[in-house]
Amino acid sequence: MIKVENLTKRYAGQPAIQDLNFEVGKGEIMGFLGPNGAGKTTTMRILASFMPPTSGRATVAGFDVFAQSLQARAHLGYMPENVPLYSDMRVTEYLDYRAALKGVPHRRVAERVGDVKELCGLKEVENKLIAALSKGYRQRVGLADALLHEPDLLILDEPTIGLDPNQIRQVRDLIKNLGKQHTILLSTHILPEVEMTCSRVIIIHKGRIEACDTPENLLGKIRQAGGVLLEAKVGADNGVEELKKISGVRDVIVDSDGDWKIFSLRVESGADVREEIFRLATTRQWRVRELTQRRATLEDVFVEITHSDSI
Amino acid sequence: MRKFYTLLSREVRSYFHSPIAYVVLIFFLLIAGVDFYFQVSFMNQRQVQYTVQEAFFNSVFFWFAFVLIFPLITMRLFAEEFKLGTIEPLMTAPVRDWQVVLSKFFGALIFYIILWIPPAFYFVIFQYVAGQPAAHSAGAYSGSYLMLLLLGMFYLSIGCLASVLTKNQIIAAIISFCAITLLFFLGLVQFILLDVSSAARDLLGYFSAIEHMGTFSRGVIDTRPIVFYLSMTVVMLALTHQAFQSRKWRL
Repeated sequence: MIKVENLTKRYAGQPAIQDLNFEVGKGEIMGFLGPNGAGKTTTMRILASFMPPTSGRATVAGFDVFAQSLQARAHLGYMPENVPLYSDMRVTEYLDYRAALKGVPHRRVAERVGDVKELCGLKEVENKLIAALSKGYRQRVGLADALLHEPDLLILDEPTIGLDPNQIRQVRDLIKNLGKQHTILLSTHILPEVEMTCSRVIIIHKGRIEACDTPENLLGKIRQAGGVLLEAKVGADNGVEELKKISGVRDVIVDSDGDWKIFSLRVESGADVREEIFRLATTRQWRVRELTQRRATLEDVFVEITHSDSI
Repeated sequence: MRKFYTLLSREVRSYFHSPIAYVVLIFFLLIAGVDFYFQVSFMNQRQVQYTVQEAFFNSVFFWFAFVLIFPLITMRLFAEEFKLGTIEPLMTAPVRDWQVVLSKFFGALIFYIILWIPPAFYFVIFQYVAGQPAAHSAGAYSGSYLMLLLLGMFYLSIGCLASVLTKNQIIAAIISFCAITLLFFLGLVQFILLDVSSAARDLLGYFSAIEHMGTFSRGVIDTRPIVFYLSMTVVMLALTHQAFQSRKWRL
């Protein structure tokens, strides 16, 4: 659906994105992650034919975004960041206008506008001025707009930014449902959202792709693939020495809370050392008050990839 | 064509969604009305060689209001879209650049024409009340309205160009006001600089909107200004289109 080859964009000589290469297949929900200023919006704007790349090429549904931009635009629904809308229009009026602009056949306009209003929960505000809408509703109008012409591909730039937790959940469910019929590329800061909705994730940092994989694989790859937390009274024992001998344990960091010692164990991916720890604790007669496995989240992946040199 | 029509209708509607349209309409009608009243009262007091219609279209009042309305009509066209970011959904829809440029120009032109409908009734009312026509012939009416249309197209296209250059409406208004005023007074230079050569004065005379209006409002349709204003409008719109396209490379 999307094919990006060596895409580069410079603003006044400063590279915003450099040599991006990726593909998004039909029916995928691709998450686009990265810190602010990493080049997410730039990439999406190029894909939506809003601006041309400095070099490299990108195709959407087989059409070059620069040379065949009209066809490319006809195949995609784009929702820009912050959703700029004509605030002097009413919701239905705006959607009618957008439908005509996107070439929805005359006799189908009413039906399509009705459908997207239904889908995005805009029925109750359909006659309101866009200026009077709350952030959440504006976001939904933007999404409804992107869906009007039944595009094969949706590009959503931060669809959940500025929404409250309930609205985020609603939009997330909506996107998940849309993913059944559409290919979606969405950017976001909210990592649990990506874990829940996306089939693949691209992490972009300083204009370069740092990782591109399924969320599960990304979690598997990360060094801190998981960890175990142990809080215990170890008496005369050192604790760290004994724990390190367990196979699968890579490193142990110790901290103390009065008599209690808190051990953070880094373990190799796939290894579950909790049973071994329990055995060790019983033989050495340690008193244990907590033993938990900490699962790595996408947040850990994100931080590990993008944190390194941003300090 | 349907996309162009869709864009155009949105442009025209957006004028009437904003208070600017009503302010301009009222301001313009007030000045045009006062102008008409003054001209008629003046002519009531003495013998003159011209008609009410000629007097109306050639007074200082008229030109003052006339030059001022173009920046007001055109300043928001592109600048507002750039400022609010609505250019992004607009240009990511499958529309061509020239469709957007022309729809904005013709939207402004339609609003400008609407502005000129009420003053047309002045002459009808005058004829009804005074029992005599306000002009020598129907040609005089069509001549002055044709000149209004031609001048309007040219000045509106200048306004379009000014608006596409910036995202600040005030700056757009200042640029177009400055350009239109300078062009307008270029035609007056021949009356001011009496020591320049007659060839230079003749040349400047070709640019004189006042002179053009003078001939057209007498019912004399000269083809030279028609060609001049139409071709200048095309040039200005072509420049607007170029500047609009170049935004992609300037981003």
